[in-house]
Amino acid sequence: MPDLLAARSQMGVSLAFHIVFAVVGIAMPVMMVVAERRWQVTGHAIYLDLAKRWAKGTAILFAVGAVSGTVLSFELGLLWPGFMRFAGAIIGMPFSLEGFAFFTEAIFLGIYLYGWGRIPPQAHLVAGALVAVSGALSGVFVVIANAWMNAPTGFHVVNGRVVDIDPLAALANPAALSQTIHMTLAAYAATGFAVAGIHAFFLLKNPANAFHRRALAIALIVGAPTALLQPLSGDFSARHVARHQPAKLAAMEALFATRAAAPLTLGGWPDMEARETRFGVRIPYGLSLLAFHDPGAVVEGLDMVSRDEWPNVAAVHLSFQVMVGLGAYLALVALWAGWLAWRRSDLAHNRWLMRAVALATPMGFIAVEAGWMVTELGRQPWVIQGVLKTADAVTPMPGLVVPFLVFTLLYCFLGVTVAWLLYRQIVRSPAAPEWRGFYMPDEQAR
Amino acid sequence: MTLADVIAGIVFAALNAYALLGGADYGGGVWDLLAGGPRKERQRERIAEAIGPVWEANHVWLILALVLLFTCFPPAFARLGILLHIPLSLVLIGIVLRGSAFTFWRYGGQADDEQRHWGVVFAVASLVTPLLLGTAAGAIASGALGEEGKGSGGGFSARYVAPWLTPFALSVGVFAVVAFAFLAAVYLTLEAEEPELREDFRRRGLGAGAALFGAALLVLLLSRGGAPRVREGLIFAPWAAPLHVCTAAAALTALAALWRRRYRVARMAAALQVSLILWGWGLSQYPYLLPPDLTIAAAAAPAVTLRLVLGTLALGGVVLLPSLYYLFRVFKSIEPRA
Ligand code: HDD
Ligand code: HEM
Ligand code: HEM
Repeated sequence: MPDLLAARSQMGVSLAFHIVFAVVGIAMPVMMVVAERRWQVTGHAIYLDLAKRWAKGTAILFAVGAVSGTVLSFELGLLWPGFMRFAGAIIGMPFSLEGFAFFTEAIFLGIYLYGWGRIPPQAHLVAGALVAVSGALSGVFVVIANAWMNAPTGFHVVNGRVVDIDPLAALANPAALSQTIHMTLAAYAATGFAVAGIHAFFLLKNPANAFHRRALAIALIVGAPTALLQPLSGDFSARHVARHQPAKLAAMEALFATRAAAPLTLGGWPDMEARETRFGVRIPYGLSLLAFHDPGAVVEGLDMVSRDEWPNVAAVHLSFQVMVGLGAYLALVALWAGWLAWRRSDLAHNRWLMRAVALATPMGFIAVEAGWMVTELGRQPWVIQGVLKTADAVTPMPGLVVPFLVFTLLYCFLGVTVAWLLYRQIVRSPAAPEWRGFYMPDEQAR
Repeated sequence: MTLADVIAGIVFAALNAYALLGGADYGGGVWDLLAGGPRKERQRERIAEAIGPVWEANHVWLILALVLLFTCFPPAFARLGILLHIPLSLVLIGIVLRGSAFTFWRYGGQADDEQRHWGVVFAVASLVTPLLLGTAAGAIASGALGEEGKGSGGGFSARYVAPWLTPFALSVGVFAVVAFAFLAAVYLTLEAEEPELREDFRRRGLGAGAALFGAALLVLLLSRGGAPRVREGLIFAPWAAPLHVCTAAAALTALAALWRRRYRVARMAAALQVSLILWGWGLSQYPYLLPPDLTIAAAAAPAVTLRLVLGTLALGGVVLLPSLYYLFRVFKSIEPRA
């Protein structure tokens, strides 16, 4: 395995692993806080139980998120010293801000998890809310750094030297807004639907279970609206990409030749040698409409960049299709659930809806992974779009396949363990009070 | 003193905080590994309870130092990443295993044998990780990371292994482990509820304090060949003598207070002692960030970046310090536990 490939793979594995826990760390505190607040308002112990059980699972996920995030911070230097030498002074700012967000997050998480009964209830709730806010902020800051890699601003390169550094301009790079909105929504949508899906699975067995009914409601409140907004925000992102990274857009849409009135290709297999996409379904004018909101607009194809600057078209196109497909599914389910709730129908007794929600459990997370593959693979061969090639950023250290394999094994092992522990906690926890079969209509909870 | 010096000082202060807080969490793991006697399980319980609420926050000091380093001194960060790739990768494995094992152990549900395996992983990783971190620090102090990132030249092992696999660097690693264990034992005397448990930790603190003298002596002896520059500074600089006097005073106070069961004094003195040792190292290699050739000024990012980071730090501090104060007020009693 060439060293560059090993480094890229190690970075990809580390990020793909971390993002799962980061997403949970952003969204789970919101649900815990909502449950705890309901407990304080209604006085019903079922909500307290819910908040505590969610907190227990979150504690495990959070710790793994923190340590895998630490790995990432080091890996920026261990794998990409060339990148950091170039970019550190320019985009260090969001990372420093992120550092403070981590601090507040870790501090108040400690207070939240261990503070039950030690601090006043209101203070406990505020601690939870602070965890939620700082979690979202840390995600936002790190995504701003990533957005800068896609749309670098705030510096000039003169004779190979970086001059006129302006970290604030880098912070305000043109990709920052679309990416941070899309990522933050993704965190809530993915986690909301994952949690809703697990509880829907139990409700399929027993729709009267009061515990799972409450959990489902809270999870859908977080997941459904964000899943509905996600396609809109994705469109915003796509239009941005069309302007700033035409090669990435062309790869996403498997568009080889520049043309006006470009059609949208659904599915299909891009053949990079023959420069055509086979078996796809084409929607006339679709791409021009989506990318520029104008059916006649010219969309740049891959022919605009030289062949050695193409990303892996098949991987990017496929990932994009997966994300959009799953996003469409989640949005439809959200719409359906919202419609039923508006009609005051009992969601938990609607077996088809529960099946659809249970099916959605992993989908948000798969969409998140696929979306990041689009962003990161689509940027290749650049680590900083148009400025620095990935090959020039990698460490000179040889034998990188060894750390790649070691970290991959470590993460596989951790992933399996976490899944096992959560399973044990969710499904078999003997300490759980038996809410099972205990039916309580909504009015009584007031 | 330039702006870059100030920020280098802040990075070092963050490392200092990491040593005092995160370091003690490692030390707790070491005492978990060495738990023994009739109250073995109680010791382990108490250690885990002390670490639980704070370890994630304590850990962020390392992240903060790292982030500040790569923002404000990018060439130094890049060079460290290249030349210390191996020990730092091992540190990361240690950090990952330690943090997750601790959580799996404490949050995994049933307290059965399977769970105790995680306790063992946590304890072993708590021993190995600071050893390697200390070794990396030793490699920096020894001036082996020079020549524009070329190490000592030559082949793979000359470049990527030799700089840190030296007796001196390893002795710094040992020193770090002993210092962290010492801090942990001293802090734990204030955490223990039962008098017998407190005595357990007091004895361990006294033992570790004595061992720390030995470890310091070892580092000093090896520094002759291993880290001449730091050694020079520590002996001949104008600030050297007062620093040594203060450090020695702190060390003796810590041990005496521990002996006389004045635990709060002991905690202050032990923390001061470890901090002074760290600053001694920092001062002795000033103005170099990575001796023998990369100075703070040469590695510093442009002034705009530094100014903005300083502003960020001020702003962040306003949020951070009260929060930290609250965390420790809730979970760490000022008085010994009744
Ligand atoms: C729950 C997850 C999720 C869902 C349902 C969607 N996305 Fe997404 N998408 C992400 C999660 C995500 C992500 C993982 O969060 C990415 C990676 C980088 C980023 O900023 O967000 C992303 C990136 C991303 C990009 C690339 C941005 C860039 O490279 O700068 C585009 C164009 C879209 N998305 C478009 C869409 C569209 C049109 C969707 C319609 C349904 C959609 N996404 C649903
Ligand atoms: C957590 C979500 C993310 C995922 C899943 C992800 C995924 C990936 C993948 C798969 C690669 C390898 C791409 C390749 O070389 O073909 C990569 C590279 C990289 N990513 Fe990301 N990424 C994420 C977020 C970020 C963020 C927020 C940054 C921010 C600064 C970042 C910085 C990098 C760098 C520096 C590389 C190496 C250079 C390169 O290959 O372009 N990534 N990432
Ligand atoms: C290059 C990319 C990244 C780096 C260097 C990085 C770094 C880190 C670090 C050091 C931590 C640990 C903080 C602690 O000790 O509490 C962490 C945790 C976290 N990261 Fe990342 N991260 C990256 C990508 C991302 C992305 C893409 C997101 C989300 C959008 C994200 C969101 C979070 C969150 C919310 C946490 C808090 C801990 C948790 O929720 O588990 N990170 N990250």
